[in-house]
Amino acid sequence: MNQRPAMDLAGLPTFGHGPRSPTWWGTLGFMALEGMGFALAAGAYLYLATLWPNWRLSAPHPNHWPGTIVTLLLVVSLVPNHMLNRYAKQCAIGPVRIGMVVMSLLGLAPLVVRWFEFPALNIYWDTNAYGSMLWVLLGLHTTHLITDVGDTIVLTVLMFTHHGYSGRRFGDVGDNVFYWDFVVLTWIPIYLLIYWLPRLG
Amino acid sequence: MSSADLTSERDLPSEREASAKGDIAPERDGPRDTGIDDASLHRWLARTWRTPPGIIGALSSVDHKVIARRYLITAFLFLCLGGLNAVVMRIQLSGPQRGLVGPDLYNQLFTMHGVTMMFLFAVPIVQATGIYLVPLMVGTRNIAFPRLNAFSYWVYVSGGLFAWVSFALAMAPDVGWFAYVPLSGPEYGPGKRADVWAQMITYTEVSSLAVAVATVVTVFKQRAPGMSLDKIPLFVWALLVTSFVVIFAMPAVMITSTFLILDRLVGTHIFNPAEGGDALLFQHLFWFFGHPEVYIIFLPATGMVSAIIPAFARRPAFGHLGLVLSLIAVGFLSFGLWVHHMFATGLPKLGASFFTASSMLIAIPNGVQIFCWLATLWDGRPVIRTPLLFVFGFFFTFVIGGLTGVMLASVPLDLQVHDTYFVVAHFHYVLIGGSVFPLLGAAYFWFPKITGRMMSERLGRWHFWLAMIGFNAAFFPMHIVGLWGMPRRVYTYPAELGWGNINLFISAGAVLFFLSFVLFAFNLVHGALRGAPAGDNPWDAGTLEWATSSPPPSYNFARIPVVTNVEPLWAERGALPVATGLRVDVRELLVSTVAEAHPDIREKSATPSIWPLLAAIAVGATFLYSIFTPWAIVWGAAPIAVTLVGWFWPKGDPEDEE
Repeated sequence: MNQRPAMDLAGLPTFGHGPRSPTWWGTLGFMALEGMGFALAAGAYLYLATLWPNWRLSAPHPNHWPGTIVTLLLVVSLVPNHMLNRYAKQCAIGPVRIGMVVMSLLGLAPLVVRWFEFPALNIYWDTNAYGSMLWVLLGLHTTHLITDVGDTIVLTVLMFTHHGYSGRRFGDVGDNVFYWDFVVLTWIPIYLLIYWLPRLG
Repeated sequence: MSSADLTSERDLPSEREASAKGDIAPERDGPRDTGIDDASLHRWLARTWRTPPGIIGALSSVDHKVIARRYLITAFLFLCLGGLNAVVMRIQLSGPQRGLVGPDLYNQLFTMHGVTMMFLFAVPIVQATGIYLVPLMVGTRNIAFPRLNAFSYWVYVSGGLFAWVSFALAMAPDVGWFAYVPLSGPEYGPGKRADVWAQMITYTEVSSLAVAVATVVTVFKQRAPGMSLDKIPLFVWALLVTSFVVIFAMPAVMITSTFLILDRLVGTHIFNPAEGGDALLFQHLFWFFGHPEVYIIFLPATGMVSAIIPAFARRPAFGHLGLVLSLIAVGFLSFGLWVHHMFATGLPKLGASFFTASSMLIAIPNGVQIFCWLATLWDGRPVIRTPLLFVFGFFFTFVIGGLTGVMLASVPLDLQVHDTYFVVAHFHYVLIGGSVFPLLGAAYFWFPKITGRMMSERLGRWHFWLAMIGFNAAFFPMHIVGLWGMPRRVYTYPAELGWGNINLFISAGAVLFFLSFVLFAFNLVHGALRGAPAGDNPWDAGTLEWATSSPPPSYNFARIPVVTNVEPLWAERGALPVATGLRVDVRELLVSTVAEAHPDIREKSATPSIWPLLAAIAVGATFLYSIFTPWAIVWGAAPIAVTLVGWFWPKGDPEDEE
């Protein structure tokens, strides 16, 4: 087919942050589907909880302290996370490198405490369905925590190589920040479901 | 020469210097397509966008057309396998108390038939048409996240192989395509058969979810300049809505299959009523996916119909906005129907009434679509060719399936015919009528674009009539035998019930229907080898995929088109307006804004890579191993992590760096 030039794109930039970038939308898509997974798992828990009048099925209360510490650590980590986002937008390689190291550490810290959360549930996964759902919910979030921390550490290493200083990489840092927000936000309802909902009943 | 060589001299400003200045990330430059002559432009783009030669090159391909072609061929092979399952079942049922297959094999046959048709044929093939056509229709050079797209194909193939190798080893799932507990649970489902079902789901859903995300981002961010929301082709709308349905429905089946495998493998009690679980929870979770699944298969088919009808009616679709809104409405409503699959489980009456109402409600937007298509044909000057014939077949068949659907939505009738052949007849009318016929029409319609050659029109007409007669002969009598009370999933029946003759008739129809696919396969091969050359736009259609050559070059368009109309090629008969200014030495494409499609960024698209295949092997091996021990997840994590790092670690291509 014949063509006639009608528009020139030469002046456009080669990268953009946030919703301008396709990767941001891809991350959002994965958040949507993983969030749906969280919602359905929580829904399954609530379905069983309303089905059985004596929910918790005579199991002891979970000890909420490890979970509460994880929650505090996660919430606090949002502050450096968003500072990191600002530096990534400015393409400031030095502060971004420091920020990535900080976020790697702030990712590992809750993971260490998480190790103590499982025994603090005071029930095993194969004791009854209540125990199963607690382990499923905690396991689902832990999977996200592990994969995101792994991703953050790899990206941190990458930022210290000569590949680090590029628009695409700063975009990756921005998306990493975005995904960490998701990991933190999904934890809040799970935390309430695991530790506080059973206390109501 | 690789594209990296061409840009190696244009290095970054030294890092220290730039960061001291306070930082704007660097931009390098290379030759642009502005003012370049056509021959040089083709040479540049062909070198930049080609799939590398050799086996490793082929396995590394990230070209959406190459991946889509593989998807289409693989899904067609699974269709043939699933069809053979059906033929064996029909031979067994052709008379009372035949001994061709026993109950155990029969259970595997109908399970494999359902699983293959739903998860290995229907969903992959509609997504594959999207993978091929969406980037062309929105006027871009590759799908978003091309490596994720390649990965999705490898995961899909390994899931399919896993299921079919299990079948060859007589360990295929035998619990129905929805694998209800407690039948599939640890107590009643010994061996590995139900685990095969559960993990095959995981493979195929990972694959569809990946494609869905890539499709959404392609449609949102990679549309040609000027293609604002109101100018998006209806087929693309259909795939967009479908992708959203996938994103919100497929996690449900992954959760279901994961819960099932946990119950079976590590002794959780999620579906075990004796320990505080619940068996019906499985059905709720499964059908929360399972009902939208029907629309995941059906909506892209309506998109195909909406593409075929305007091309042959010779006018743009009547009620474009109404069609788009109907698609979106169906997408939403599809999530409000799942309980109508569970009317026989003793739900509270109010719940049943609600789901009856919503099941009837979804007929409204579907009806709007049908009337818009009829109006388009009415007002146009229809040219009747094979694709349009299959659209007529779709109208006829799907409307019958829709009517029995409205019947089944009412609880008393549903209870009466639950688990009988009436239901089998209904959903084959909906699925084959609603999806396979449009797909066959689409095959004739887009075959010339994919291969550059036409399929035979004469064979096409034979194919259509053979398929129509065979299909109706096979499935219409099932309504009757179902009303007589013949249950689904029985491997035989006694002669005294008097179902022998009608079943023989059904089986004859099924064989005829199968033969129509043999004819279709012949027409495909014959067309690909001997068909008449097609040219760019054999149907004189109006959307962008017809603006490029057939088959399209690796880079799709020499220059990105500028869109001025919903049927851009009809609006710009003289010369297609195009945009210039993209680089030709690296894989550069245009990212635009979501609503208006204003040009925004010159984005680099990923280069070919073997890592998606390696990652898929690591993921696939982990899934396979996990049906034997939960530790597979721990051991599998390391190779998965290594392959993912290999995938994302920059290799120094400009595409990685900028």
